[in-house]
Amino acid sequence: MSGSPIKVVVGKPGLDGHDRGAKVVARTLVEAGMEVVYLGLRQTPESIVAAALEEDADVIGLSVLSGAHMTHFKRVRALMEEKGLGDRLLTGGGIIPTKDQETLAALGVGRLFGPGDDPDAIVDYIRDWVREHPREDAV
Amino acid sequence: MAQGTTPIESPETEPGRDFTTVSGREVKPVYSESDVAPGDLEANLPLPGEYPFTRGIHPSMYRGKLWTMRQFAGMGTAEQTNERFRFLLSRGQTGLSTAFDNPTLYGWDSDHPLSEGEVGKTGVAMDSLQDMERLFDSIPLDQVSTSMTINAPAAWIFTMFLANAERRGIPFEKLRGTLQNDILKEYIAQKEWIFPPAPHMRIITDLFSFCAEHVPQWNTISISGYHIREAGATAAQELTFTLQDGFTYVEHALAAGMSIDDFAPRLSFFFNSHLDFFEEIAKLRAARRIWARHMKERYGAKNPRSWLCRFHVQTAGCSLTAQQPEVNIVRTALEALAGVLGGCQSLHTNSMDEALALPSDKAVEIALRTQQVIAFESGAANVADPLGGSYFIERLTRDLEDEAEAYFAQIEAMGGMIKAIEKGFPQQELTRAAYEYQRALSDKRKIIVGVNEFVNEDEELLIPILEIDESVEPDQIAAVKKLRESRDNIAVSRGLDALERAARTKDNLIPHLLDCSRAYATEGEITQTLIKVFGEFREQSFF
Repeated sequence: MSGSPIKVVVGKPGLDGHDRGAKVVARTLVEAGMEVVYLGLRQTPESIVAAALEEDADVIGLSVLSGAHMTHFKRVRALMEEKGLGDRLLTGGGIIPTKDQETLAALGVGRLFGPGDDPDAIVDYIRDWVREHPREDAV
Repeated sequence: MAQGTTPIESPETEPGRDFTTVSGREVKPVYSESDVAPGDLEANLPLPGEYPFTRGIHPSMYRGKLWTMRQFAGMGTAEQTNERFRFLLSRGQTGLSTAFDNPTLYGWDSDHPLSEGEVGKTGVAMDSLQDMERLFDSIPLDQVSTSMTINAPAAWIFTMFLANAERRGIPFEKLRGTLQNDILKEYIAQKEWIFPPAPHMRIITDLFSFCAEHVPQWNTISISGYHIREAGATAAQELTFTLQDGFTYVEHALAAGMSIDDFAPRLSFFFNSHLDFFEEIAKLRAARRIWARHMKERYGAKNPRSWLCRFHVQTAGCSLTAQQPEVNIVRTALEALAGVLGGCQSLHTNSMDEALALPSDKAVEIALRTQQVIAFESGAANVADPLGGSYFIERLTRDLEDEAEAYFAQIEAMGGMIKAIEKGFPQQELTRAAYEYQRALSDKRKIIVGVNEFVNEDEELLIPILEIDESVEPDQIAAVKKLRESRDNIAVSRGLDALERAARTKDNLIPHLLDCSRAYATEGEITQTLIKVFGEFREQSFF
């Protein structure tokens, strides 16, 4: 692994205004030495993937507590494939039932976190994932 | 006998234990007379029902009237939510409270491109008077009081409610209920705005003025700390920002030429009740005292009803755990009891499954039963302010009041609440508090049972989880498209044109919004019309 920090784009797609979790996680990732681009509220899948492309992010993190997670995660994952970001991690959190997490995992979405999960566990997960999945353009 | 007078030896404090409140406040091992300033009790503790109302707004409190049991409910279509309303009323609920879905809260129709995936998910979808008619079908609006949690587009959802009452022949004077209508806390915490602050503030004062004349029993605003707390605030920050928002509404209405006693009696409040039992009770008592003093002494209100901080309480959603959700019943019961001992006028108890989904019938029934146990079995409703005079409670009440006053001065020095919001001050205060609280959990300085301690590793979810039918969104979209074809579109255009013209003047907008609602203009059409005049607000993102 090179010395450059892991770069994470964090955004809230759709109309959900619950940004407490996204902000706490963003700060936790920064404290852990990652570079975070926080896009804030009312993003679209298109704006999030465009930002990830421009920033050449390793990871996209979505926060969805509005019940619209299936729509947003699926669309972001599809756009990532389309824009050549298929080798990057899509993770996130919110109120996401286990059944839906399993459906999304089958589509290539990474682990999703929920209420009560320790933000430090998200740091560990991202670090491990990035180590185990070297980028295709890394060499 | 010496043994009887000598305390049994024990260490001062058990190693590793934390003795701060949920808000990080240090508390002492014991409180006594020396913790209460001389004269404080005499000055601040007249009987309940007496100024400054530290001990409650009524002399007999819950003997005269129990708090209203009002469960926040809404999901899917208007028909589904109507069914939930009737279920709750059949189980002994005494008031209604409506949750709208995200597109409705932002002022958009169900067929707006950005509404995709959100229709009916976290509340009921509401596009026009047609949905309002279905939502309250067969519910006696002149007998049951109705609360509507809506803010940015509150005025035009309310005029749909009024148009529905009119069609059913119910006079506006008989309508009782509450419109949340609190835009300032949206900028601070909940983030559901449409326009910049100035036009929103204008519409809010328009509504104060319209209701004073036409809907006199309606609470025109519910100035809310709930969402501020949920977004991470401490108890003192919740208290401060809520009351400071309240002062700001008062000052805007005064600047618009209203006199204080014409609108102040219809201002109401909404607080959170978190897990720190005594601190929450003290916060609610402090809120009443501060509001009464400012209304009487600072704003010169003469009508005693203008002095009253009347409030709804909801137990803390952010205290609920997805792990072992049944344990949430216990958390909610403690928080609800704090709300009652703090003297609330109405109460919502969260359901055990709300960290997982919208509540099931079973979960919401247990939540309502929790209130009924407190009201009818625990004895807590028999005596007004039973904790009044407790050294600890009185000291906490005093400390919270002092902290709030110091914060008020800081915000005034920034040029007032709207300036402070524009600078991001309250937003940053609570983002920081949320991070610090999360660190305390990660470091296990604070314990949440089943989450960072006493974890059940092989837990299985044994409670039913409510799912919103995927057909809600296409059905709702089809309904709004059909409405646009079948209504009198000339009347709609005429209404929207008149609204736009009025928005460019200083006219009261409420009669125009009512005309649009009567003509079945959709929520999104009204929003788009006003955006043409007022523009849209954009937040600066930070973390």
